[in-house]
Amino acid sequence: MPEIKVDDSKCKGCYICIEACPKKCIEISKEFSKSGYYPVKYTGADCIACQQCSRICPDLAIDVYK
Amino acid sequence: MQLLNKRPESLVDMKMHYCPGCSHGIVHRLIAEVMDELDIRNRTIGIAPVGCSVFADKYFNCDMIQGPHGRGPAIATGLKRTTPGAIVFSYQGDGDLSSIGMAEIVHTAIRSENITVIFINNAIYGMTGGQMAPTTLIGQKATTCVYGRDPKLTGNPIKMCELLATIKGAKYLERTSVHTAPNVIKTKNAIKKAFKNQIDNVGFSMVEILSTCPTNWKIDPVKSLKYVNDNMIKVFPLGVYKDSKGGE
Amino acid sequence: MAEKKLMKGNEALAEGAVRAGCRFFAGYPITPQNEVPEYMSWRLPEVGGSFVQAESEVSAINMIYGAAATGVRCMTSSSSPGISLKQEGISYCAGADLPFFYANVVRGGPGLGNIAGAQGDYFQSTRGGGHGDYKVFVMAPDSVNEMANFPRKCYEVAFKYRVPSMVLADGIIGQMMEPVEFKDHEIDVEKLPKLDWNLGIADGREKRIVNSYDLAEGMLEKMVLARLKKYKEIEEKEVMYEEKQLDDAEIIIVAYGTSARVSLAAIKMARDKGIKVGLFRPITLWPYPKKRLSELTDKVKHFLSVEMSTGQMIEDVRLSLNGKAKTYLHSKPGGSIMAAEDVLKTIEAISKKGAKEHATIK
Repeated sequence: MPEIKVDDSKCKGCYICIEACPKKCIEISKEFSKSGYYPVKYTGADCIACQQCSRICPDLAIDVYK
Repeated sequence: MQLLNKRPESLVDMKMHYCPGCSHGIVHRLIAEVMDELDIRNRTIGIAPVGCSVFADKYFNCDMIQGPHGRGPAIATGLKRTTPGAIVFSYQGDGDLSSIGMAEIVHTAIRSENITVIFINNAIYGMTGGQMAPTTLIGQKATTCVYGRDPKLTGNPIKMCELLATIKGAKYLERTSVHTAPNVIKTKNAIKKAFKNQIDNVGFSMVEILSTCPTNWKIDPVKSLKYVNDNMIKVFPLGVYKDSKGGE
Repeated sequence: MAEKKLMKGNEALAEGAVRAGCRFFAGYPITPQNEVPEYMSWRLPEVGGSFVQAESEVSAINMIYGAAATGVRCMTSSSSPGISLKQEGISYCAGADLPFFYANVVRGGPGLGNIAGAQGDYFQSTRGGGHGDYKVFVMAPDSVNEMANFPRKCYEVAFKYRVPSMVLADGIIGQMMEPVEFKDHEIDVEKLPKLDWNLGIADGREKRIVNSYDLAEGMLEKMVLARLKKYKEIEEKEVMYEEKQLDDAEIIIVAYGTSARVSLAAIKMARDKGIKVGLFRPITLWPYPKKRLSELTDKVKHFLSVEMSTGQMIEDVRLSLNGKAKTYLHSKPGGSIMAAEDVLKTIEAISKKGAKEHATIK
């Protein structure tokens, strides 16, 4: 099953990946990261490994697995 | 499980200082991926400008030099002429390239120096806190035009691809954007072509990339993407403005 | 190598730089130094080098910044207003510890001034010139032969310490023709020692960064202080000067460049009249030969600074003497040369004790 992993230490919470995701499977985490942002996280379902999120992430915070 | 988007070797593994949603990081990654794919990291010299991307000298994992505002193309000329085997790229913003560095970019194109220029156009001065740039849109607010840019006072946005296209020595000019993932991929292809041209001794190549500056535009990163789509692209149409092979 | 050639000062300077290994030149036309880029435009391609006529002085110095970063021996030249335009770039080179060589063939200033030879850029050259704490190694030739041979020394010092170096000539030295003898063998650039800091083909080594900034607390201070150490070493080891007829001198003229030549003529006239005058000619203007000048006060109590400026070098003379002897000024600014007869009058006034200390004497 494809999935994404978000590096909380790099994510700055700009959320443009959420905008880019065609399957709407990225959401805002309810927990603060150490750097003081609400990072994004995988909803846990529906990822098709299209990599649109990682393409547009300015902080190289998203790894896409297949 | 296989990782599909390995971090490029040409980018140092460190956290970048850019504001949330800023396009610099996206473009940095693309340049690094292109360096990896063309296997040129070991002979590339990059020029970091003055502005937000001053720290690019730390981020790219190749030889780097940081130079004065606007002078990247002149520095590139010195680097390339003395080390013709090196791949030289100049990374510049719109204040840098189209204001203080206007003479350098124009004359480097006239001489058709065999270099690659990556031009980040976000229509504002970022590092200094949001002043009007030569590329600022009509009506766009900035700290030195608080009521919005008035063409009667400050003229109209400068279109660099269109301007440079009149110069014979400018061999490849394309304007792209990074406001959606498909556009990011198009931008990567353009960057790759601009580097490949240098390898093939084609001459002066430049990619202008429409970028966001959520902090100084004072709109959130997601709305910034929409701003590029709805406003910037109308003034700065995307596309290839010049594509001539070497020799001409 | 003993062959003598008749050459113009600016051309001798350019040829001297090429023989010293210069392989890249970027410059912009300005009188009275135009022969330097003109010469380089055909000469550098002959030795496999590259010449660029830049769109401006600002662009030229930044081409040099790029070229110097690759470790290639490079050069730019200009005259006063053009050198002012280059100061930001020179400061960047100094701040990034890049060695390169440049020449200022000085004209009258300030502003557009005129195109005649002058020495009004002494402060600019010897105090750094641009923004920030830095120094440039400065050599002042007084003949075409020195124009030909100083670039080599400038490159040696520049690369030994990783500092910018310059020749401060005046328009007269740049324009006149004299016999030239190149003292040293032509440098084979392939045999120059490999550097451990230059940018280029990395070929597997770690990346290198050339820059002049550090925003972290206290780091810039460290960089500046490390550079200060280098400057102290240069002040210790690289001072050059020439002394003429000092053995019995009761008055010493301190002068460089064209002023030194005129002073020599005046000294001959004065000695014919029985006045014991000698010449002290600083060859390096930074580092300034302070120590030697100070030693000379043991025997001599009258020092006359002769300069084609309103009293710039005399400040270094005073700093060197530190109150141990009297100083006098003979000044001729604005792109004019002093007449030896007028310098003689000043010498006579000093010898008759009729001259006021520190005063400008016409």
